[in-house]
Amino acid sequence: MLPNLTLLLLCQLAGEALVAWLGLPIPGPVLGMALLFTGLQLRGLPPGLAAVGDGLLSNLSLLFVPAGVGVMLHARLIAADGLAIGVSLIGSTLFAIAVTGLAMRALAPKAGEGGE
Amino acid sequence: MSDGRDIWVYLSASPLLHLTLTLVAYQAGQRLHALSGRNPLVNPVLVAVAALVALLLATGTPHATYFEGAQFVHFLLGPATVALAIPLHRQIERVRRSAPALAASLLLGSAAAAGSAVAIASALGAGRETLIALAPKSVTAPVAMALAEGLGGLPSLAAVLVILTGVTGAMLGPPLLDLLRVRDERARGLALGVASHGIGTARALERSEVAGAFAGLAMGLNALATALLLPLLWRLVAG
Repeated sequence: MLPNLTLLLLCQLAGEALVAWLGLPIPGPVLGMALLFTGLQLRGLPPGLAAVGDGLLSNLSLLFVPAGVGVMLHARLIAADGLAIGVSLIGSTLFAIAVTGLAMRALAPKAGEGGE
Repeated sequence: MSDGRDIWVYLSASPLLHLTLTLVAYQAGQRLHALSGRNPLVNPVLVAVAALVALLLATGTPHATYFEGAQFVHFLLGPATVALAIPLHRQIERVRRSAPALAASLLLGSAAAAGSAVAIASALGAGRETLIALAPKSVTAPVAMALAEGLGGLPSLAAVLVILTGVTGAMLGPPLLDLLRVRDERARGLALGVASHGIGTARALERSEVAGAFAGLAMGLNALATALLLPLLWRLVAG
């Protein structure tokens, strides 16, 4: 477990360092994801890493709770334009989900093709 | 009573209390979600956040005290985001086969999220700072905050809107996709990742690895696309 957790942290660290060094417009962990993905494609997925990764990801929702608490305590920021923000937030999120989902359903090759 | 308060004050001084409360609140949320017959409106993250905010307000606990405990959970977001490479690696053949459709749907969805958010709020009379903070709200928090700041808006407001967008999409996205009869796991994951970043991705992963892989990829690519395109588009539109 330890080497695999270390590998995840090393990818994140490398991502953060590259983002800071090159001034890239994406978060360090997202670049870390790209780095790990490249490594997995080149070297394959070690079973130990799969276990650690799946353990973390099976509780991914939990990891957003502290951030959620932090921002809800600042929710008065939205009071000035409360109605506009509420309608826009719900409307645009549903619209974006509908547009993306329908576009992908229409454009992607059928799931049944290619042995799926 | 005074004894109880003394013990509470004593425990509040160590990270243990708020770390434990975070885990308990989330599992209570999961239990309620199960008891509700997996009703998407009873979202475990929302239940946990609401319960914790109510508790912090009732006990007059400052956010900094809470976060001393919660930071251990929060910290794991970084390595967990890196770990999203694992489902992506396992599902890469599916991703490759649908790459052109994926790219087109991602750009359409990304533009729909930012464009409709600004259009609706603008029509309802929101101010400039609000509009700037709304534009990047479907993107993962650090990118949205940097974009809002770069365009002259409030990063803290952007962070609030990002989280609210994530929870909204995680709650309402799956029933909406059911209503629209989008049953393709790739399309469902992509939609949740584009519109609701990591919180949507977490929701997609709970459904299937295919949906989770597409959602994680969509979250990363949408962050990149929005970071590159939003400042250009904003200058074109807002002059």
